Amino acid sequence: MRRLFLWLPLAMFALFLVVVAVKLRQPGDSTIRSHMIGKPMPEFALQPAVPGRAGLRSADLRSGRPRLVNVFASWCIPCRAEAAQLDALKRRGVPIDGIAIRDRPEDVAAFLQANGDPFDRIGSDPRSQVQFALGSSGVPETFLVDGRGIIRLQHIGDIRPEEAGQIYAAWEQAK
Amino acid sequence: MMAETGLAALWLAAALSLLQLVLGIAFLRSSPGLLGEGDHPKDGGGAFQEPDSPSTERRSVPLPEASPGRIYAAAVRPVAIAQALLVGLSFLLLIQLFLRTDLSVELVAANSHTLKPWLYKFAGAWGNHEGSMLLWVSVLALAGAAVALLERRLPERTLIATLAAQAAIGLGFYVFLLFASNPFRRLDPPPVEGNGLNPLLQDPGLAFHPPTLYFGYVGVSIGFSFAVGALVTRNVGPAFARAMRPWILGAWIFLTLGITAGSYWAYYELGWGGWWFWDPVENASLMPWLATTALLHSVTVLATRDSLRAWTVMLAVVAFSMSMVGTFLVRSGILTSVHAFAVDPRRGAFILVLLAFYIGGALALFAARVGTVKEGTTFEPVSREGALVLNNLFLTVLLGLVLIGTLYPLATEAMGVKVSVGPPYFNAVAGPIALALVAAMAAGPVLRWRRDRLAQAARRLAIPLAVTALAFLLVLVLAPGLSILELLALVLAAGVAVASLAPLWGRNLRRTPLFTWGMVVSHLGIAVSLAGMASNAAFTRERLVAARPGETVKVGPYSIRFDSVQPIVGPNWTAIEGRLTARRGSRAAFDLRPQARAFFAPPTETSEAAIATRLDGQLYTVLGKSDAEGRWQLRLWWKPFVTLIWLGGAMVALGGFLSLVGRVRRGRRSAAREEAWA
Repeated sequence: MRRLFLWLPLAMFALFLVVVAVKLRQPGDSTIRSHMIGKPMPEFALQPAVPGRAGLRSADLRSGRPRLVNVFASWCIPCRAEAAQLDALKRRGVPIDGIAIRDRPEDVAAFLQANGDPFDRIGSDPRSQVQFALGSSGVPETFLVDGRGIIRLQHIGDIRPEEAGQIYAAWEQAK
Repeated sequence: MMAETGLAALWLAAALSLLQLVLGIAFLRSSPGLLGEGDHPKDGGGAFQEPDSPSTERRSVPLPEASPGRIYAAAVRPVAIAQALLVGLSFLLLIQLFLRTDLSVELVAANSHTLKPWLYKFAGAWGNHEGSMLLWVSVLALAGAAVALLERRLPERTLIATLAAQAAIGLGFYVFLLFASNPFRRLDPPPVEGNGLNPLLQDPGLAFHPPTLYFGYVGVSIGFSFAVGALVTRNVGPAFARAMRPWILGAWIFLTLGITAGSYWAYYELGWGGWWFWDPVENASLMPWLATTALLHSVTVLATRDSLRAWTVMLAVVAFSMSMVGTFLVRSGILTSVHAFAVDPRRGAFILVLLAFYIGGALALFAARVGTVKEGTTFEPVSREGALVLNNLFLTVLLGLVLIGTLYPLATEAMGVKVSVGPPYFNAVAGPIALALVAAMAAGPVLRWRRDRLAQAARRLAIPLAVTALAFLLVLVLAPGLSILELLALVLAAGVAVASLAPLWGRNLRRTPLFTWGMVVSHLGIAVSLAGMASNAAFTRERLVAARPGETVKVGPYSIRFDSVQPIVGPNWTAIEGRLTARRGSRAAFDLRPQARAFFAPPTETSEAAIATRLDGQLYTVLGKSDAEGRWQLRLWWKPFVTLIWLGGAMVALGGFLSLVGRVRRGRRSAAREEAWA
C-alpha cells in the first residue's frame, strides 16, 4: 500500500503532462464567447441608482416583452458615446433598463441629465456583484433579455451607430 | 564578433555540463558502497547528534590517491566552476550587445531601440524570451558553482551526485537555448532601427525584479539536486538536512524579495490599484515559494529531530518542479498573461519534454528509492514537530489549491470548455487556509520539541491570546460591517504580531542566536504583511469619476482638485499629464501628476499612476481617457496602511537573511571545533 502511495506524485504529474500536451496541440483561440446566452438572468434585486426612480429586480425582466439591460457607469467615457444609440433604440420602441456600476446617486443623476435618460428602471450595483454574475467584465455592456427572462445576446463595449440596427433586429426577433 | 563569442561560450558551457554529468556518473560507478551511505546505523539512526556531527565523509574509506575515481572526483568541482564562468561570460556579452544596440543581432533588433534609456537597454537583455532563458541557465550554473565552491558538509559521494544532477538539469536547458532559443542569432541585413521594448517593462522594476526572482526560482534547483543526490546515494539524514538548509534559505530569501518586489511593481505600474491578481505567472512564483517555505520548516525537523525524511526529500523535488512548471507555463505561450512573451508552441513542446524528463525522473527515483529510506524518530502531536507538520500540511494544501486554480482552465479548455478562474475562487479558498496557517505559526515557536502540554503552551500564549481578544472587540466596535475574512485577518495580525515575539521573552537578547532572531523577524513580517492586506481590503476608498479641470473630488480623507491637463514629452514617449492638488484637513496641499503615456516604439499606451505615500497609507491616482466635452476619467484610491504588505514582505526576507548568517556562522564554528578535535 505504502509502495503504491509513493508512485502517486508521479501519476499526478503524468496526468498534468497529458492535459498540457493536449492543450499545446490545440490552436490558440483568444475570442471570448458569452456563456450567458440561453441562460436565465441571475436572480438579483438592486436598489434604485437614483432616489425616486425604480430599482431593478430580475423579476422585472420576465415581463413578457424582450428588453435591453444596459450596464453602464457615470465615470465611463464610452457610455457617453453610446447614449445617443440607446436613445434612438428607445424611440423605436425598445424598452431599456440600466445597471449603474460602482456609482453614486448624484453622479448618476448628473450623467442622465447630461446624456439623456432612456431607462425605465435603474438598479445600483455598488460592488459589481450583479455585473460579475452576468459575466460582464467592463462597461458598457448590453444584454438582450427575452420575455421569459432568458439572455439572448451580450454586446460587449459601446453600441456604435452602425451596430444599433443589429441590436434592433435581434430585439424584433426575440419577440 | 561579440555575438559569436557569446554563442561559443554557451556551447562550451553546454559541453562542460555534459562533462560534469559524465564525470559524476563515472565517479559514482567507480566507488560504490562506501561507508557513510544512508542507512548506516551511526548516521541514519543518530537522532541525537546535535549540534553537529562530523560529516560522514571523514569516516568513509578513502579511495587510493591515484585511482580513476579520485581523479573524477577532483575534476567535478573545477568543471562546475568553469561552466558557470563561461555561461556568465555569455550573458555579459548579451548585455553588452544590448547596451550597444547591435541591431545585427535579431534579439536586440526585436526588443531594443537606440532611443531607449540606458537602464532599459541594460535590463532589456532579459526582458524577452531568449534573454530570460539565458539568465535562467546562468543562475542555474552559478548555483551549481556556488555549491562546488562552498559546500563542505555534504559527504563527497552525495555532493558529487548533487553536482551531476545540477549538470543534468543544465544540459537540457542548454540544448533548449542552443537549438530552440538562440539569443545570439544574426540578422542579415541589419534593420535601421529596433522594435523597442514593451512599454510596461520600461520601468526600473525590470532591472531588479526578474534577476532577484530568478535567483530564488532557479536557486531552488539546488534543493532538487540535493534531493536527487541524496536519493541516488541513499543518504537522507540530519547531516544532509543541515547541509541543505542554508542553500534553501538563500534561494528562499531571493524568492521572497522577488515576489514582494514584483507585487509592488505590478501595483504601481499596471495602474489597477491591486497588489496581487492571481495571474498564472504570479501563481507560478507563489507555488515554489509555498513549497520552499514548507521545505524550510520540514528541513529543520529533519536536521534537529531526524523526522520527516521522505517528506523533506519530496518537498525539495516539488519546489523546483514548481519552478520548472512555472517556467513552462510562462514560456510556452499556453497561458496569456503580462509575463508571456510571444512564443511559438514548438518551444512549449521542447520545455514540456524537459519537464517530463526531469520531474518525471525525480519522482520515479523518489518512488523507487524512498522506500529504502528508513523513517526517523517519532514524536507526539502536541510538540514543535507537530506544529511544523501542521504548517507543512497547510502550506501543501494551499499549494495544491493554487495549482488546481491555475491549471483548471487549461484542463477544461483541453476538453473544449473555456472558463476563467479568478480572484473570487482564490480568495475564497486560499484565504481561510492562509489564516489557519498564520494561526499555527503563532503557536509553533512556543512549543517544545518532542512533547509538550497543551495547558502549558496555552499559558505561554496567554498574552497573545489576550491581545487577539482585545483586537477582536476593538475592530467590532470601531469598524463594524467588515466581512468575516477581513475581520479575522485584522484580529489575527494583531495577535500573531505579539505571539511572534514570544520566543524572545525571558531570554538574554544579546545571547539569543541569530537564527532565532531571524525566525522572529520573519514571523513578525508575516503579521505586518497580513495587517496591510486586511486593512487594504477592508478600508480602501475608491472613486471613479469623469471630471472636468477645475472640479474637486473627495476620496477618503482627501479632497482632490483636478487643476489641468498638460502635454509633456519623455525620452521615447509623449504623455498627457493630469495636475492634481490633494488636500487633507488643514495639512499642506501636495501635487499628484498621473500620466497617460503613449510610447512610439512599439506604439502602445500605458498609464502611469501617481502615488503619494503617507505614514497611514497611500493615495493612488490614475488618469484615464477623455471625452469630446473635456471630461477626463479619473480613478482615485485611498488605501490605508497598504504599504505594510511590502514592508512585511521585506521583513520576511530580512529574517531569512539573519537566519542564514546565523546558520553559516554556527556551521563554521562547529567545523572549527572538529578541526581542533582532530
